[in-house]
Formats: sequence, structure tokens, C-alpha cells
Amino acid sequence: MQHNIYIYMIIMAAVTFAIRALPMTLIRKEIKSRFIRSFLFYVPYVTLAIMTFPAMIRVTDSPVAASIAFAVAVLLAWFGVSLFGVAVLACITVFVAEFLMMM
Amino acid sequence: MTKTNRLAFREGVRDGIPIALGYFAVAFTLGIAAKDAGFSAFQSAVVSLTNLASAGEKAGFNMVEARASYLEMALMILVVNARYMLMSSALSQKVEPELAMGHRLLMSYGITDEIFGICIAVRDKLNPRYLYGALSVAAPGWTIGTFLGVLMGNILPGNVVSALSVGLYGMFIAIIVPPARKNKVILVLVIISMILSAACEIVTFVSVIPAGTRIIILTVLISAVAAMLFPVDDDWGRQEG
Repeated sequence: MQHNIYIYMIIMAAVTFAIRALPMTLIRKEIKSRFIRSFLFYVPYVTLAIMTFPAMIRVTDSPVAASIAFAVAVLLAWFGVSLFGVAVLACITVFVAEFLMMM
Repeated sequence: MTKTNRLAFREGVRDGIPIALGYFAVAFTLGIAAKDAGFSAFQSAVVSLTNLASAGEKAGFNMVEARASYLEMALMILVVNARYMLMSSALSQKVEPELAMGHRLLMSYGITDEIFGICIAVRDKLNPRYLYGALSVAAPGWTIGTFLGVLMGNILPGNVVSALSVGLYGMFIAIIVPPARKNKVILVLVIISMILSAACEIVTFVSVIPAGTRIIILTVLISAVAAMLFPVDDDWGRQEG
């Protein structure tokens, strides 16, 4: 079957937008349930943690370099370095670590 | 009122700039993946502008490369991006209940992991202009990064691409660690989440479940247990203060 790249692109955009827009437009009231409120409060932290580890360790050429970058990023974030600072320094850590390991 | 709005927008731009720079670097590596899947620079930029989703786009490019059916593509995007449904639900509680439909639709477009992260950290209710401010710099950063990644990705040496690929995760860490430092429940949850996430990859019969689905199942399970054991008392985000 022949597939059109633009139809793929429309499907991607439409499904992604629908997922984001449905709760935002349908839930018009404050949720009263303490359970659901608590659940939604914890969701972002849990999901970002799951997405970060162990995926981050596997994304670079060297898992050791990524593990060091992970530790560096956690420390920097713990002491209040900005989003951008943590991201850039994590990249630099991998670059330097992989460079040193090649020597 | 208008002054408050302008201020909210400006604050959004301020907090959005680091996100935009991070996006630029990450989108660059995404552009390389798009090129491998047969997308032109223009097509990739359109995908990035209309999707604004790292994992979702990556999965989409993989599906195109695998010549998947349209239905498979739709299901894949649904599963990989389903976490945005949870974030959108959370954000629906962060805005004024009487907020107009137009604002809700425009805000929905901008719900990414990072923009959601900074919006949920805002004290009290969220002014939509704050999100628009962040979006106004983050979306171009993401789109232009993808475009240039397709054009120039292969020029970059492998070690630079390898280093750039952790940028996104560095940003995730910077979003979750500061609240975890202030709130012991979040700290424990983050650690448990990472341990279980790693365990799921090791246990063979669980690891066959696609990564996107595993993320959703784990998120729902862990957050639900946490909500039962440690219900949040106050308003949104209050715990973080």
C-alpha cells in the first residue's frame, strides 16, 4: 500500500492536538475529589522521572559518560542551577567524559 | 489587568528562553532522525511546529520509516503522547474555571513536558499569557532546531551528537529535582519511579511492552498509590512553596 507522507503528518498533528485539547476543554470545573487532585499533582514528577531514567543512560555512545552526566545534572539541579544551565552542563559532561575515555 | 497580562507574558518569555535553547539542541538531534526517515527539512519543520513533542515525533518518524499503516501511526502517537492527557488534566485545574474556550485550545497546543513543568510551578492560578510567552520562544526554537538538524546534522561529528542527546534529559532533571528537594514525598516518588522504570526494562516479560505504554502504566500506578497514601492538602503547587 502506498503511503503519503503528508497524510502521516496530518495524523501526527491531529492526534497529538486532540490528546492535549480534550481534558483542557472538557474539564471546565475544579475537580473536587481529593484523590484525583493529589493524583494529578504527582503525575508530572513521576512521569518525568520514569522518562529520564534509565533512558538517559542509553542515549549516548558511552553509558558511563551518561551516568556521570546524570549525577552531575542531579547535583546542579539540587543546588538550583537553571533549566538551561543543567541541560548544557550535562551535554558538556558527556562530551568531556567521552573525550577522556578515548584517550 | 492588561498590565498583569503583559507582565505574565514577559515572565513566560523569560522562563521560556532556557527551554527554547534546550529545545534547539534536542530538536537538532531529532532532525537527524527525521532525515533518516526520509523527511525533507521543510516537512520536518512542519512536523515539529504542529506536534511540539519530542518522543511523539521520534516515534512518528520511526513509524514512517517502518511504512506503518495510518491506523498504527495514530495508535502509536496516542500511546506515546498519552501523558499529555494527564498534564492537560492537571493544567485544567490550574486555570480559572471560567477561562474561555479559545484560550483553552491555544494553551492545549503548548502543553509540552517543559512548558507544563514551568506552568505548574507558578503560584496560584495560571495566566494563559505566561504559557503563551514561553511558547512564543520555545516553539520557534524547536522548529528551527529540527530544520537545521536535517540540513546539517550529518556535518556534526558523532561525539557532539552524542553529547547533545542528553540535553533533553538534563532539562527533565532540572524540572523534577528542585521540587523533590523541598517535598520529601516527591523525592521518594522520583526515586521509586526511576527504580521501577529500570526494573521494567530488565524484567523480560514486562520489557516487551512498548516504552510509551510502560511510561503510562507506571505513571498511573505510582501516582495513584501516592495519591492514596499522601493526599495533597492545599491548592495546586502550594506544596512546592
